[in-house]
Amino acid sequence: MNAHLQPTGSVYFLAPETQTPERHTLSVLVDNEPGILARIAGLFSARGFNIESLTVSETEHEKGLSRITLVTVATPKVLLQIKLQLERLVPVHKVHDLTAEGRALERELALVKVAGTGEPRAEALRLADAYRAQIVDATTESFVFEITGKPSKIDSFIAIMVPLGMVEVVRTGLAAIGRGAEGM
Amino acid sequence: MAQQMTGAEMVIQALTDQGVTDIFGYPGGAVLPMYDVIFQQDKVRHILVRHEQGATHMAEGYARSTGKVGVVLVTSGPGATNAVTGLTDALMDSIPMVCITGQVATPLIGSDAFQECDTVGITRSCTKHNYLVKNVNDLSRVLHEAFYIARSGRPGPVLIDIPKDVQFALGTYYGPAEIETTRHKSYHPQTEGDARLIEAAVDLMLRSERPVFYTGGGVVNSGPEASESLRELAELTGFPVTSTLMGLGAFPGSSKQWLGMLGMHGSYEANMAMHDCDLMINIGARFDDRITGRIDAFSPGSRKIHVDIDPSSINKNVRIDLPIIGDCGQVLKEMVRVWRSKTNESRAEALAPWWKEIASWRKRNSFGFQQTGSVIKPQFAIQRLYEAVKGRQDVYVTTEVGQHQMWAAQHFPFEMPNHWMTSGGLGTMGYGLPAAIGVQVAHPDALVIDIAGEASVQMTMQEMSTAVQYELPVKIFILNNERMGMVRQWQELLHGGRYSHSYSESLPDFVKLAEAYGGHGIKCDDAADLDAAIKEMLDSPKPVLFDCLVEKHENCLPMIPSGKPHNEMILPDFKGDVGEVIDAKGRELV
Repeated sequence: MNAHLQPTGSVYFLAPETQTPERHTLSVLVDNEPGILARIAGLFSARGFNIESLTVSETEHEKGLSRITLVTVATPKVLLQIKLQLERLVPVHKVHDLTAEGRALERELALVKVAGTGEPRAEALRLADAYRAQIVDATTESFVFEITGKPSKIDSFIAIMVPLGMVEVVRTGLAAIGRGAEGM
Repeated sequence: MAQQMTGAEMVIQALTDQGVTDIFGYPGGAVLPMYDVIFQQDKVRHILVRHEQGATHMAEGYARSTGKVGVVLVTSGPGATNAVTGLTDALMDSIPMVCITGQVATPLIGSDAFQECDTVGITRSCTKHNYLVKNVNDLSRVLHEAFYIARSGRPGPVLIDIPKDVQFALGTYYGPAEIETTRHKSYHPQTEGDARLIEAAVDLMLRSERPVFYTGGGVVNSGPEASESLRELAELTGFPVTSTLMGLGAFPGSSKQWLGMLGMHGSYEANMAMHDCDLMINIGARFDDRITGRIDAFSPGSRKIHVDIDPSSINKNVRIDLPIIGDCGQVLKEMVRVWRSKTNESRAEALAPWWKEIASWRKRNSFGFQQTGSVIKPQFAIQRLYEAVKGRQDVYVTTEVGQHQMWAAQHFPFEMPNHWMTSGGLGTMGYGLPAAIGVQVAHPDALVIDIAGEASVQMTMQEMSTAVQYELPVKIFILNNERMGMVRQWQELLHGGRYSHSYSESLPDFVKLAEAYGGHGIKCDDAADLDAAIKEMLDSPKPVLFDCLVEKHENCLPMIPSGKPHNEMILPDFKGDVGEVIDAKGRELV
């Protein structure tokens, strides 16, 4: 009935968005403590930020530090907010926008299960070789390939495996690191 | 000197070591060990509340009026969930608070035990930081760290959830000197502003012809020295000063340079000055939507300097030309020093045309109203209250949320910081009464007044019992229009006068209610009797409920309507149909 009066947001005035969203990879150094992932995920959901991919694991055991690699799509203004809001969290040590800093190495690992016999199976094996994918499990009617690379490479590998009998795929999400001698 | 003690003893020891003298709490199963320790000592005074929300607002009032950290102690489950509103309120208004909650014993966590809830999960987004302490040997570090985090940087609430077995367990306690919380591994708020940016800011100020200081709660949070520096800088520069709701008192309301509060219900001169200025100097405010109005028409011709201790506040809502990250007090002091090093001359002449323009806006008398006849206008009631206590140094005012809050901000000027306590960011009805109690605990001999509405005050009315128990003579000055006035006003403006559930039926007899609690009740419905009734309230040694029956349909003006810029305010002398001012687009926006 009042469809035209449906609220468009909770803010006082919504200025039209003029900036275009960009995909950025952030590297976040955090204390490896219970609830840290919930803090980060909660921050993103509470403030309406996007998470495209998120990977986390302890990286420096003695110091109790974990590195989170997070891919988000946002306008430059929101990207700055994401970085600053992350830095406000008490257990967050550092936040680096690897995309803005440029030339970061980005890798992802995928396990791809392909089932089939005969020509499609042979074709899958040939293509896997061309993509430098490893066979990590094999039966007479299936393979599990392990492939590492840029997300675009994995996307294309998956795309060609679909018609060759791909059963399922699992991806780790992006891990990224800056080039050169400097650390984070 | 490390000592062996139980977790419960550590909590009270840490409170003592942190200089805490008063805490607000409510016992329950999961906090009994701590209450047992409280029973056996007399350094920390415990104020027993009637509802955990009350404890949080009392701690806020206590913190805001003293600059110290407010402390809350509540039990697990419902104790913790009842505290959520106050925690969120403290987060939004940057109030330093430490909230200690009990939790079921560690082996029971996750088993849906009696009075168990995921306290750290629930409060993660409404605290600055929170902890679940599973090892008693972490407890003293966490306690001291919590106080440091709560009061440093941009202050806020910190919660510590302590399972019951950890309270019983023996462990090693370390004092604050041994913990060195300031050398925290990841939390390092920046307090000193960049010297080059401060100098650049002063250069802009020296060149500006239509400047305005827009100050906020950050100046109050930074401490009394920040207010001193603001006054000094304002005097040196001769610039006009306006403030947000949270910043009132940092600059004296009696100053000629004071423009009044800005924003949705701020003064015409403050909003026009913001709109037409060539240089805006934001000190410790955050460009809240109630301040900016329509963002794309907000102060179009100005350069903007923003001083804030929280980097995420900068460029969040409004684009800033010159950001300075640092503590308001430190930056203001530096600005005074740099200004003095650059000039000795008054800029009065250069600013004269600007002040002339401001004087013409002032003439509109945007807070004006007419008191005629015996029906009390709410603004008149606040003015008479102000006149009755004017000149006293020991007057603290809290408010609930709604029209009365805005009228109090408009008509009750303050000379000093930390004397005005209100729920700004969250807008929590029911804040004022418990906040007043918290203020009175901190300042037993002061005059503490809660300017209230009859709807808001009923949300935490049970705390009257706390006030009576501890002989805290708070004065609850209820502007009773038998309406949720602000809701009613918006329904008139935006929803064709369809007053859906915005009137208070079956109101209690506040005089009898006060007496039932053991307080003093006063009712006044005639303007001619008002002064005498206010005197009776001020003279009473007891907590007072003052039922001031006021004009029922008064609108809170001036007002920047939804979706409009600062220079399109509705003023009190507006003659048209206010419902026509806001278009369909504006109605969509809250």
